[in-house]
Amino acid sequence: MRPFKTLQKLYDEESQVVITEKGSPPRALFYGEGFLQEDLPVGTRVIFPRPPMAGVPNVKAAIRWAINNPDGMDPLHALLKPGMRLTCVIDDISVPLPPMVTPDVRQSILEVVLELAADSGVDDVHLVIANALHRRMTEGEMKRMVGEKIYDAFYPDRYYNHDAEDPDGIVALERTSHGEEVSVNRRVAESDLIIYVNVNFVPMNGGHKSMGTGVSNYASLRHHHNPKTIRASESYMEPKASALYRSNERIGRNIDKHLKVFHIETTLNNRMFGAPTDFLAKREEDYTEGDRLKFQAMRYALSKMPRAAARKILNAIPAPYDVTGVYAGATEPAHAKTLETSWKQYVVPVEGQSDIVIFPIPFVSPYSVNSILNPLLVQVMGLGYFFNLNRGVPLVKKGGVLILLHPAYDEFDPEHHPSYIEFFHRLLPETRDSMKLEHKYEKEFAENPSYVHLYRKNNAYHGVHPFYMWYWGENGRQHVGKVIVAGAENNHVPALLGWDRTDTLTEAIEEARGFMGRSATISLLRIAPTVMVDVK
Amino acid sequence: MLAGVGELSPVPVSLTSPPLECQEARCHMPSKAAFFDVDGTLVKTNVVHVYAYYAMNRGSVSGIAGRTLSTALSVPLFGLMDSLDRKTFNEFFYRYYAGLTEDRLVTIAEDMFEDVLQPALFEQSQDLIDQARRSGCKVVLVTGALDFTMRPLARHLGADDLIANKMQFVGGKATGKVIPPIIEGANKANSIRAYCAKEGLTLDKCHGYSDSASDYAMLAVVGRPTAVNPDLRLRSIARAYNWPILDLK
Repeated sequence: MRPFKTLQKLYDEESQVVITEKGSPPRALFYGEGFLQEDLPVGTRVIFPRPPMAGVPNVKAAIRWAINNPDGMDPLHALLKPGMRLTCVIDDISVPLPPMVTPDVRQSILEVVLELAADSGVDDVHLVIANALHRRMTEGEMKRMVGEKIYDAFYPDRYYNHDAEDPDGIVALERTSHGEEVSVNRRVAESDLIIYVNVNFVPMNGGHKSMGTGVSNYASLRHHHNPKTIRASESYMEPKASALYRSNERIGRNIDKHLKVFHIETTLNNRMFGAPTDFLAKREEDYTEGDRLKFQAMRYALSKMPRAAARKILNAIPAPYDVTGVYAGATEPAHAKTLETSWKQYVVPVEGQSDIVIFPIPFVSPYSVNSILNPLLVQVMGLGYFFNLNRGVPLVKKGGVLILLHPAYDEFDPEHHPSYIEFFHRLLPETRDSMKLEHKYEKEFAENPSYVHLYRKNNAYHGVHPFYMWYWGENGRQHVGKVIVAGAENNHVPALLGWDRTDTLTEAIEEARGFMGRSATISLLRIAPTVMVDVK
Repeated sequence: MLAGVGELSPVPVSLTSPPLECQEARCHMPSKAAFFDVDGTLVKTNVVHVYAYYAMNRGSVSGIAGRTLSTALSVPLFGLMDSLDRKTFNEFFYRYYAGLTEDRLVTIAEDMFEDVLQPALFEQSQDLIDQARRSGCKVVLVTGALDFTMRPLARHLGADDLIANKMQFVGGKATGKVIPPIIEGANKANSIRAYCAKEGLTLDKCHGYSDSASDYAMLAVVGRPTAVNPDLRLRSIARAYNWPILDLK
């Protein structure tokens, strides 16, 4: 008779880590705008996101409590003076993902803050979107983010996107001790009080990065958005291990020295999927018959429809996130609390690294909301964001293999990502060396008048943004020995990115084992919702 | 002041005086240029609008009536010829200037700029040109229009040079013939290439802006082409070659 120990499941219901057994169900995995259903080798470690934490019962009450009990600053009502110049700086559409069910938490914050400002006799109020070098948000997106009432009252004269290329719209503050330039939006710099309205979707966001990056310009950003800084970051999701964070901290402290910034930071839980698709957040072991049917129906339907239609449908489903915390006050104490809550929701402790790690890549990224996840963005999701979802020790071993699940189609959105197209098709065939790309081409793209115009007047990412996407994958690229994109529908996209390709996940695992040895350990990060690993 | 550009003369016209410390500044001079087509790219008008203005300002009642009538009657023909072949269109069209004096043409050009071209400028044209200058480009207008009609516009936009057609004058009167090579299609590309060679600019780093597929050669010859308010053919070319597309308003 088998000993009792082997009869036990190799997981318990509380753990977010499941070791694959012979009888384990196939996994439902994101694959761009579709899904794959894959059996994994026995012994594969599957890491699931934590279930959603409970949200605060009354969001507006939590906001009021936070602004009345801030950390390191006086309560907001004490900072508001009649006749003062107030600017609310707001996180852009890159967070959260997908966009949350309305009312967006930014709307809730603004409703409270603007009412308080009006009651305090503050009439000179502007709302500036901290889009940095991201694309300008469209009118529809802006309206959705703050609600119709605020939009009608402020748009377009007092509610607008930050323009990092406005020659008269940027003010330079003193450099940091490391010589980093510090540039800030003029309206923001000339305000008596700045209220930063943040949504902290991943721990990289918020804190000093909010002001240091969100309302800055290329001249300042290039000091930390570069391959050297990313290479020096073990993980840019963990402040202690992030040179990117340290640079933003120096810049942010300079800003705090010159400007009065009252931060309102918020954290969200993991409730990324609403009722019709909530099974996607479950472990497959817990699927009901209904869940299996729904998954098969969705997988089949998405696989049969044109990709653009699938994208449209998926982008139209908002996430029913709950607000788990609201923290206000000075930059550092408020952000410290944000990080604590964020980690509580996202971090899953795991024992040891793996030789082979599998990342399913979903349809959305911070830079492709209502757009296309082009090859550079697939790269940044795999080698950038997902690789860095750790607290300083990556899930994959040094020299290990990363397997990404995505069709890796050669599709770009010419409205949102015009400079990405040139970067991908003109520069990558010449070199994938980040240092060389930075030295030889970054300035040219950053100053290209066409790209600057498209950034300022249309809805395009800045000309330099594809470089940042490439740098974002730099520490991942330096760390792994091989990247295989499983299910790639062509050869040239993986080849240009320097990756191998296979038709199926099984073939990718075989190839990875050929590279790492037959006894190679395998982990799957079953993302989304968001999950961060704390590798012991 | 004329740039004195040898075989290109009299086409490119320098619109700004060289700095006094020219020799010293030479090492800081731009190594690239942005070449802008004008009609349809920076302004909503085309050469027909310009000619119509001259027709309306013929100077005598009979002259105004005659030229206005003949211009009106020729509009469908202009449209057809423009869509078929820009070179033939320009050659045919400029014959209508025959007999007008140079002084008169230059004087009217200033008024025509204020009355026709300036109101027709796209609001964002100046932004684009300013951005090109900030990025270190010389700004050069390249147009199939006649140079005297474009000079006020070039000054207004702050262009450094103008590559345009030049009317032949005999005894102070226009002959209706343009001094070859006529600046259009492939000749725009040739002029740009020659201009870059003369000015020591790197063609591969230069930018080109146009709205029309008839300027394909001009866009193809520079390293950084951009389609601006493109016609259907150019839009499809731009999509195929991954050129940026701007919609100036």
